[in-house]
Amino acid sequence: MKYPIFAAGALFATMAVAETPVLTVYAPDYFASEWGPGPKMEELFEAECGCDLQFRTGDLMPRLLLEGDKTDADVVIGLNTDVTKKARESGLFAPHGQDNASLTLPISWSDEVFLPFNYSHVAFIYDTTRVENPPASFDELLNAPDDLKIVIQDPRSSISGQALMLWVKAVYGDKSGEAWAKLSPKILTVTKGWSESYGLFTDGEADMVLSYTTSPAYHIIAEGDETKKAAIFPEGHYLFVELAGKISGTDQPELADQFMAFVVSEAFQNMIPTGNWSLPAKLADDKLPEGFAKLNMPETVLFFDEEQAAALRDAAVEEWRAALSQ
Amino acid sequence: MARRAQPISVGLWVGAAAAALILMLTLGTLGAVMHRAGSFSGFGPADWAAIRFTLLQASLSALISVALAIPVARALARRQFPGRGLLITLLGAPFILPVIVAILGLLAVFGRNGLLNIALSWAGIEPVSIYGLQGVLVAHVFFNLPLATRLILQGWLSIPSERFRLAASLNFRADDVNRLLGRPMLRAVVPGALVVIFVICMTSFAVALTLGGGPRSTTVELAIYQAFRFDFDLGHAALLSVVQFGLSALAAVLAAWIAVPGFSGAGLDRPVLRWDARRGWLRALDALWIGLAALFLLLPLGMVVGQGVASLFSLPPQVFGAALRSVLVAVGSACLMLALALPLSVAAVRAGRLFEVIGTLAIAASPLVIGTGLFILLRPVADPVALALPVTALVNAVMSLPFALRALLPALREVEATYGHLADSLGMRGWARLRLLLVPRLRRPIGFSMGLAAALSMGDLGVIALFADPSQATLPLQLYRLMGSYRLDQAAGAALLLLGLSLALFWLFDRGGRVNADA
Amino acid sequence: MLTLEGLVYRSDDFSLSADFAVPPGARVAVIGPSGSGKSTLLDMIAGFLAPVQGRVLWQGNDLTRMPPGDRPISLLFQDNNLFPHLTVAQNVGLGLRPDLRLSADQRAAVGAALARVGLAGYEARKPAALSGGQRSRVALARVLLRARPLMLLDEPFAALGPALRAEMLMLVRELADETGATVLMVTHDPRDARALGDQTVLVAGGLAHPPQPTEALFNDPPPALRAYLG
Repeated sequence: MKYPIFAAGALFATMAVAETPVLTVYAPDYFASEWGPGPKMEELFEAECGCDLQFRTGDLMPRLLLEGDKTDADVVIGLNTDVTKKARESGLFAPHGQDNASLTLPISWSDEVFLPFNYSHVAFIYDTTRVENPPASFDELLNAPDDLKIVIQDPRSSISGQALMLWVKAVYGDKSGEAWAKLSPKILTVTKGWSESYGLFTDGEADMVLSYTTSPAYHIIAEGDETKKAAIFPEGHYLFVELAGKISGTDQPELADQFMAFVVSEAFQNMIPTGNWSLPAKLADDKLPEGFAKLNMPETVLFFDEEQAAALRDAAVEEWRAALSQ
Repeated sequence: MARRAQPISVGLWVGAAAAALILMLTLGTLGAVMHRAGSFSGFGPADWAAIRFTLLQASLSALISVALAIPVARALARRQFPGRGLLITLLGAPFILPVIVAILGLLAVFGRNGLLNIALSWAGIEPVSIYGLQGVLVAHVFFNLPLATRLILQGWLSIPSERFRLAASLNFRADDVNRLLGRPMLRAVVPGALVVIFVICMTSFAVALTLGGGPRSTTVELAIYQAFRFDFDLGHAALLSVVQFGLSALAAVLAAWIAVPGFSGAGLDRPVLRWDARRGWLRALDALWIGLAALFLLLPLGMVVGQGVASLFSLPPQVFGAALRSVLVAVGSACLMLALALPLSVAAVRAGRLFEVIGTLAIAASPLVIGTGLFILLRPVADPVALALPVTALVNAVMSLPFALRALLPALREVEATYGHLADSLGMRGWARLRLLLVPRLRRPIGFSMGLAAALSMGDLGVIALFADPSQATLPLQLYRLMGSYRLDQAAGAALLLLGLSLALFWLFDRGGRVNADA
Repeated sequence: MLTLEGLVYRSDDFSLSADFAVPPGARVAVIGPSGSGKSTLLDMIAGFLAPVQGRVLWQGNDLTRMPPGDRPISLLFQDNNLFPHLTVAQNVGLGLRPDLRLSADQRAAVGAALARVGLAGYEARKPAALSGGQRSRVALARVLLRARPLMLLDEPFAALGPALRAEMLMLVRELADETGATVLMVTHDPRDARALGDQTVLVAGGLAHPPQPTEALFNDPPPALRAYLG
């Protein structure tokens, strides 16, 4: 007599699913927090999908790799180019199915698996009231007096720190070790993540902070403060792209596809500039909010693809560590 | 202790169960991570550098904390002044302070634009930098000077007052008292204090992160984080964790030999009556030490208050929700701690030191490895995310256990020595003994250690980055989120809220243990 | 009858043997030089120390492996007979139920026992609010209530003045008479031994001698006792 009970239970379960299907989205903590783009995204997507979008946050890749093909995720948002190789090799991801050609990234994008939703460039941000003559190039930064203090992030724990390391590699190549040695006396401290660095900068501890070209937009738009600026270097700036991906084993394939389309839809892309203080991956420049016109933007964009980056990474980290440990 | 004609009691089984749970959370999680990892890469130069730096900073932190605590404790022990009790209580605050909050306060005092450098520039002196080994040491001394002072002050108070009377009648001078009474006490107390602080500083993470100044100051715990987070190299993380355990175990074996002193929440408000230290320059010297310690420990706290008070009342409502959640987790953690500590203490008193050693294991465990291991262990049977808050409370409880045992065990030994026979002869066993004898007699150390556990849990960022649930953020996580979304002013307000709640929780529990506690 | 059957206790360089029986209802003083093992003898009987060999028997039942609280024994120590955080009534009530879940009848019995030792109306007080003599009475009220057939007293009134001590010994005798209990009491004072009554065990030289009539023992003390009495 157990069978009918079981069947009834299964029936209820399918009914519940039929009412509101759940799309489980893995995202970094900042993304889904009250002050990140997550809540607005949830609202916009739920309005069009008739589903329940649920965020799961935490360390994205470690969690995905631990869970393997038993993961609860249907889609993942907030990956970055440093982890795509590892993510791709895990075999967990399916093609995104969107048109790469229509993206408005400053580089051409051909990845069929990971779909960009916003980008920025790493840059050093300064405060015009404290630094009157910011370095006009990377070389000038390296040769600046040692009392110009910068804070950077650790490439072993932070994605922006990793981007800086690759930026130095892209500009200085084999001479990167010497570049780091020159930069070393100007480095006030190296923090675990971006937040700690940025806090030290706004507290006046450091003159410049490693952040993004889009960081001043927050101060301009949310605070009406135009004193924070990105120092633009003619050598070029390393590109920082955030990505979404579809889990191949998802039990909600249609919803997941709908989500991938949503990520590059105008509704979501319009929200990116002031929602994630970043540049949309698929939006015409004239649709950006007014404050973004005041941002300094680089002419040259530097970028290693995941194979190049992976080949450089371990040696570059050791080079960085050795130079800064002197 | 004499062998008793008694069968193994229920209490011992409960103690064994508590010990098993702790072993599962410390060594079990490490095993799970190793099992999952499969392969292990060897140590590179960066790992050796991290191990060397960890040993260096932990040794120096312990030495400096204790060296400074000796004169401060001596001054506090022999001086009576208005507000002395309050000062001693406040001096204990840094130990239970959330690390993030403490770093903000320390930077406001010692940072490039901090009070110290402002004062130095007025005096025309070159500014000093806190970033680097010196920063790590300043922060560790800030956290542990109160602990060292407390341990040594207890040492002074444990000297029977008759000895000081005898000293006075024999016309001892201050340095005679120090030599003949103080030094033997220090010989007994100092090694234990050194070991405790060494082990605490071994697993330092956030301090080295912000104040370390660069990869020179990478600790083993930070290397574990990097191996886990960035390389996803579980084997490497586990191997580093084994090294961390090994070094701490070495220190713990030392500690077992030299008998680490216990700390109690009681009795420190009584000064030692002294007749030998009445001369003017000794008074001035003591005032200087007490003043310097108070300045060093209280100024950063004052700065946190000053920076946060403006935005305290404009905090977004989510912060208060998170605060409530953190308070609940902290209270839950304090209760779980007690539920583990009491049976463990009973078992340690009855059946030997093995239980004590197990209870102290967590001090050497890596929170990151515990979090990852738990995730691996829990996922096949339950949804780790749904368990995020209970698991946080449990792990925090185990992490505060080593400190709780230091307070509970000596007191329990004394209760058993005094009333154990009477309770045995009346057949008070198990629950009745706990309810009618142990809990009422141990109210003070229970209150103190629960306060400690609650405050430590309050400031913990969460061993479980993997488990995080966006709708269940705790206050420290919310603080990080505010920092991460450019809202630094509100983050300062949240830091003040966190500071206030941590101290309030400690005070309430500690107070609860003292009020109406019968002699 | 309490029987100590080839009982031996040993630790480091200390040892104590006992091999004798105490008839039911006897009142036995245990006397001897300090360090000779008087308290050790009581601790073995009470179950706080395990003998390396031999047995403790009560009415033929082997007590040797029984936990202290299960033995047919009431105990009175030199001090710490009362829990300072519990009231007088609770302290006495522990004699009936170690978890203090007392019925109305049991509470009435507590009141009656307190009245018997002259402390009616003291139920709600804490020990700290009592005099030394009153505290001894509370402990005796509990002994009365437990009504165990064997009373062991380890210098229970040593901290009291001579008059008060005599009064307490009288009370012990009365209670023992009322309940028919066998009493063993450690003391260092021959006057206490005489006040308690009939028999005395001399503990000296690693041996607890069999009980002898008190008067006879003190009138013609063996060499060990003579050395002790001086």
